[in-house]
Amino acid sequence: MNTSILKGAFLVLAFAAFVTPAWAEGSASGEIAKYREMISDGNPAEFDEMRGEELWKKPGGPNHASMEKCDLGKGAGVVKGAYAELPRYFSDTQRVQDMESRLITCMTTLQGTPEKDITAKPFGGDNYKPEIESLVAYVVGQSKGVKMNVSLKHPKEKEAFEIGKRVFFYRAGPYDFACSTCHSQDKLRIRMQDLPNFNNIKDAQAAYTTWPAYRVSQGMFRSFQWRLNDCFRQQRFPEPKYASDVTIALTMFMAKSANEAVYAGPGLKR
Amino acid sequence: MMQESSGETNMIAKWDMKAQMAAGVVMALSWIFLTAPAQAADKTDAELDAETVTIVKRDFRDKGIAKIERLNQDDLQALCTKYLDNPPRKDQERLQTEQEKAIKWPADGKYMGDWKAGEKLAQSGSGMTWSDKPEAPAGGNCYNCHQLSAKEIAYGTIGPSLLHFGKTRGTSEEVQRYAYGRIYNAKAFNLCTNMPRFGHIGILTEAQIKDLVALLLDPESPVNKD
Repeated sequence: MNTSILKGAFLVLAFAAFVTPAWAEGSASGEIAKYREMISDGNPAEFDEMRGEELWKKPGGPNHASMEKCDLGKGAGVVKGAYAELPRYFSDTQRVQDMESRLITCMTTLQGTPEKDITAKPFGGDNYKPEIESLVAYVVGQSKGVKMNVSLKHPKEKEAFEIGKRVFFYRAGPYDFACSTCHSQDKLRIRMQDLPNFNNIKDAQAAYTTWPAYRVSQGMFRSFQWRLNDCFRQQRFPEPKYASDVTIALTMFMAKSANEAVYAGPGLKR
Repeated sequence: MMQESSGETNMIAKWDMKAQMAAGVVMALSWIFLTAPAQAADKTDAELDAETVTIVKRDFRDKGIAKIERLNQDDLQALCTKYLDNPPRKDQERLQTEQEKAIKWPADGKYMGDWKAGEKLAQSGSGMTWSDKPEAPAGGNCYNCHQLSAKEIAYGTIGPSLLHFGKTRGTSEEVQRYAYGRIYNAKAFNLCTNMPRFGHIGILTEAQIKDLVALLLDPESPVNKD
C-alpha cells in the first residue's frame, strides 16, 4: 500500500472540507464531522498504530528486547484495555504514570534505552517520527471500544487528581491564563475552534476519548502529551517537561472526568 | 467595580455581570467539587495547594521567550486562582483599585489612533508564546475571543461581541478613555476577567492600544460601518 498517496488524498479531502462556505454557519466542528464521515473507513492514525505494533513486538534498544513484557497496569504484556485505565499508580516505580511515562519506564528497563534519548525529542516533526509516538498510537488503539475506568483508589492516584485539578485552575503568565480560562464554560470558541468544557462531563468525555489523534492540519499523529504541550504554549506558559508529574496530574484530572465513556481513539482532528 | 458613566448603555458591563453570576454558580459547584474529595485524600487542601505550586515550578522549563518566572503568580493571579475567579469583595476592590491606579494614560491626552492598523492588530493572534521570536511584535488577539467587524466571521466567543461598539456608545472623550483603559488593563474593571492586561503587562504599546480604540470607536471602522 502506498501510504504517501493515501495521505495526500486525505489532505486533499481535508482541504476541501475546510473551504466549503458552510462553515460560516457555525463552527469548524460540523465540517470536521463531515470529513470524519467521508473517511469513516479509515483514519491515517492507523499507519502509526501499525508502526507502533511492529515496534512493540520487535527487539529494540541496547538490550535487544521487545516491549512485549511491558506492564501497562493490567499485567506484563497486556495491551488490550490498558489505556482506558490510565493514569494509574504503579508499585514498581512508586508513581502515578500516564501512557507516555509508562512507555518510558518499559523502554528504559526492558530495552535499556536511556531516558534522555526518548525525552529529548518526543514529538514528531518534518521527516521525524519518534518511536514513542507510534507506540502510543498502537497502545491506545487497543482500548478502542473499551469503557474508561480510571481509579482513584490509591492515595497517590487521588493526590494526582487533586493536584491536576489545581493545575487546571492555576492562572499565571503574561496573559493571566489558566486551562480554565478557555475550558470551563459551555460552547466557547477561539476563532472557529470549539473548546471543550472540562467542567461539563459530556464535553470532557468527548474530548478525552478522542485523543490521541491524527491532526489533519499537521498531517501527523499527535499524542496526549503533545496536546497538553501545545495548550501550555498557547497559554503563554513555559514548556512542561515531557511526561512530568504536572502533566500526569492534569491528565489524571481529565481522564477521571471521562470515566464511563467509551474510548474511541485514536481520533481525527482538524 | 470601577464606576462607569451612568448614562452609558454598557453591553460589556452587562456581560460582565452575567459572566460574574455564571461564574458564581460555577464557583459554588466547583467549590463543592474542589473541597469534598480532598477530605478523602490523605493531605489537606492547604498541603495540596502547596504541593501543586512545588510541582508546577519543578516540572516546567524555559523555552524561547517563555521563562519559568512566568509561573510566579502576582497577587491578582493568586487571588483569582484561590477563589476560582470569584474573590471576596474586599480583596477584589482593593486589587482592582491598585490595577486602576497603575494605568498609564497617554501623555498627549489622545486615545484614538488608526483603525486600519487596529484591524490588523486585532486579526493577529501571535505574541508571547515560546514559538514567537523575541523581536516580533505581539498581536492584539482580539478576534480570538471577540466578534468585531461584521465581515470577519471567524471570531471567538470567550469575550462579548464588540460589533457596533462605537455605534452604540458614540465617541465622547469619556467613552474613548473607557475603551483605552479597558484594553490597557481589563482587570481594573473586573478583577478576574479572562482578558489579558495588554498595556499593564506590556504586551501592546500605547500606540497599538490607540489603534485598537480607533477600531472600536471610529465611525469608519468596520466594527461600526456595517
